[in-house]
Amino acid sequence: MSISLPALSAQLLVGLINGSFYALLSLGLAVIFGMLNIINFAHGALYMMGAFCAYFLLNIWGIGYWWALLIAPIIVGIFGMILERTMLKWLAGLDHLYGLLLTFGLALIIEGIFQNYFGSSGLPYAIPDQLRGGTNLGFMYLPIYRGWVVVFSLIVCFATWYLIERTRLGAYLRAATENPTLVRAFGVNVPRMITLTYGLGVGLAALAGVLSAPINQVRPLMGENIIIVVFAVVVIGGMGSIMGSIITGFALGVIEGLTKYFYPEASNTVVFVLMVLVLLVKPTGLTGRAA
Amino acid sequence: MKTKMRALLLGTALAVGAASGALAQDKTAKVGVLTDLSGLYADLGGQGSIVAAEMAIEDSGMKAKGWKIDLVSADHQNKPDTGTAIARRWIDTEKVDVLTDVLNSGVALAVSNVVKEKNAILLDSGAGSSELTNTQCTPNTIHFTYDTYMLAHSTGSAMVKAGGDSWFFITADYAFGHALENDTTAVVKASGGKVLGSVNVPLNTPDFSSYLLQAQASKAKVIGLANAGGDTTNSIKQASEFGIVKGGQKLAGLLLFLTDVHSLGLNVAQGLSLSETFYWDMNDQTRAFSKRFGERMKNHAMPTMVQAGVYASLVHYFKALDAIGGNPHDGAKVVAKMKEMPTNDPLFGKGSIRIDGRGIHPAYLFEVKKPSESKGEWDLYKLIGTTPGDQAFRPLSESKCPLVKH
Repeated sequence: MSISLPALSAQLLVGLINGSFYALLSLGLAVIFGMLNIINFAHGALYMMGAFCAYFLLNIWGIGYWWALLIAPIIVGIFGMILERTMLKWLAGLDHLYGLLLTFGLALIIEGIFQNYFGSSGLPYAIPDQLRGGTNLGFMYLPIYRGWVVVFSLIVCFATWYLIERTRLGAYLRAATENPTLVRAFGVNVPRMITLTYGLGVGLAALAGVLSAPINQVRPLMGENIIIVVFAVVVIGGMGSIMGSIITGFALGVIEGLTKYFYPEASNTVVFVLMVLVLLVKPTGLTGRAA
Repeated sequence: MKTKMRALLLGTALAVGAASGALAQDKTAKVGVLTDLSGLYADLGGQGSIVAAEMAIEDSGMKAKGWKIDLVSADHQNKPDTGTAIARRWIDTEKVDVLTDVLNSGVALAVSNVVKEKNAILLDSGAGSSELTNTQCTPNTIHFTYDTYMLAHSTGSAMVKAGGDSWFFITADYAFGHALENDTTAVVKASGGKVLGSVNVPLNTPDFSSYLLQAQASKAKVIGLANAGGDTTNSIKQASEFGIVKGGQKLAGLLLFLTDVHSLGLNVAQGLSLSETFYWDMNDQTRAFSKRFGERMKNHAMPTMVQAGVYASLVHYFKALDAIGGNPHDGAKVVAKMKEMPTNDPLFGKGSIRIDGRGIHPAYLFEVKKPSESKGEWDLYKLIGTTPGDQAFRPLSESKCPLVKH
């Protein structure tokens, strides 16, 4: 196969676009795992709910894409907080496996319900008028919407990183993970903070769902395929590491993009091959600290 | 050892004798709908195929003639191993006589072998691979509704005739996708066109942009989508995002179902050419059936050709059983009878089942309507061409099926 530079740069850019979805989703997972110690298998289902939320907002109330970017994460985030308060709360302090099984079961139930009512082929969601069309970059035709996805998710990723690593609220949060009893003694309402954090992680998943609605069909199983990759991203980046998951998300998107160009048959396995390699060489992930 | 063997043989002979003695009175049959109930093909087969099978049992009038027909269904999850495990269990322990739908070519080819080994019947409606009636044909399998050869010929030759003489394929990386690509490549070349390249994409890919860029860069006039279900809808939607059709390249959806077009919406799908062997809005009979079908579906969907094929092939199966006068529980024998009798049902009209197991009926070339032309939610296609049944499928002279004597 001959390699042409324009084609290669195009694949790199496309990889970056996919990477931004991985980054957004794995960021939510990392926040939830890092702060709550829950392996949130329902993340894909919540991502799907975000996309469906955008669809309902548009088709029932006529609320467009821009408001959906704000409203859908809030609605799904509240749903997540209810889940945390009513179910996940009871698993605090137990083995990871319990949280994993509970959230996995929830994901199956949520996806099953949506599939029961909306079928498997999905519902259409159009690209907002302002972001339609594209520009010719010379080496590729870049749809404006895809460019927007990269920029927007970069902003969201770094805002989240800043919130957790650089603000007072983030400091409380990190402290509460280290030693909840002590932080409570200082008068901080730790359970409420945990609920809000779960809501934040879930909201990030829903946000990714809204972003992807105009690109993919809004389908009940849209989260099922992507979530496994996203888990690999989190594992490679180091479980619970915020910056690690952002960087790994983008990097894996690019690597996957290159695989799609050089050897497309392997494009859905390359991420897992990398995961195995990383686990063999550095079991805590690229940025993870030793336990 | 020898005596044991002899006793066993004697026992078997007695059992067989007893079974054939009971033959004339045995008026029971068990139908198994093996399909995708939870994955990406669930809308085009799935629950709708079960509904179609129920309707076939009711409409056949077998009950009034003293028959007892049972129906079971299962989800093969698009996994050949799951599919064959269910098929074995059904045939061995639950005494299922006939398996139907079995969409997904990978599953269908595997199940077809099991069915042959156990002398049951496979009435396949949902799978696409034309290999089911070619090198892989068996005396127990009927491939009723459509196949990749038909799709390739109907859509492929129409596109080349319209000037699309250079092609690039985006192919789903499994049996069906490869079969569709190979069949279409043959047609394109035979019609004087050429194939500039292709890319194999893993099943269930959410993002097609990499592949679409490669297709765009190939400068091919036609991009052939040799995939199905959610993969096809995602690639069509993203192709419109990347301005592929605006840039002058044409998209050929080589396998698009009614539910896919419905899901894409006419804004994105308008103008696409596609081939099917059934559309609900063809005549009074198809409309009447589809209305009854829609009333039983939760989302009031119209039937796809796969679901229609489940109905029509079962109706034909019951006619054959009725003609035999009892169920011999001998798959090859019933299938031979089905091949002897001409098919005639309200959905596909008059046709036949060929010696290789191929269901023969006309194929239709449709174009997806513009939003302004559509009068209702499911008013999606307009008919632009018909290929008669004897030309729509692979001629027996080209067949590599061992059942065909050249």
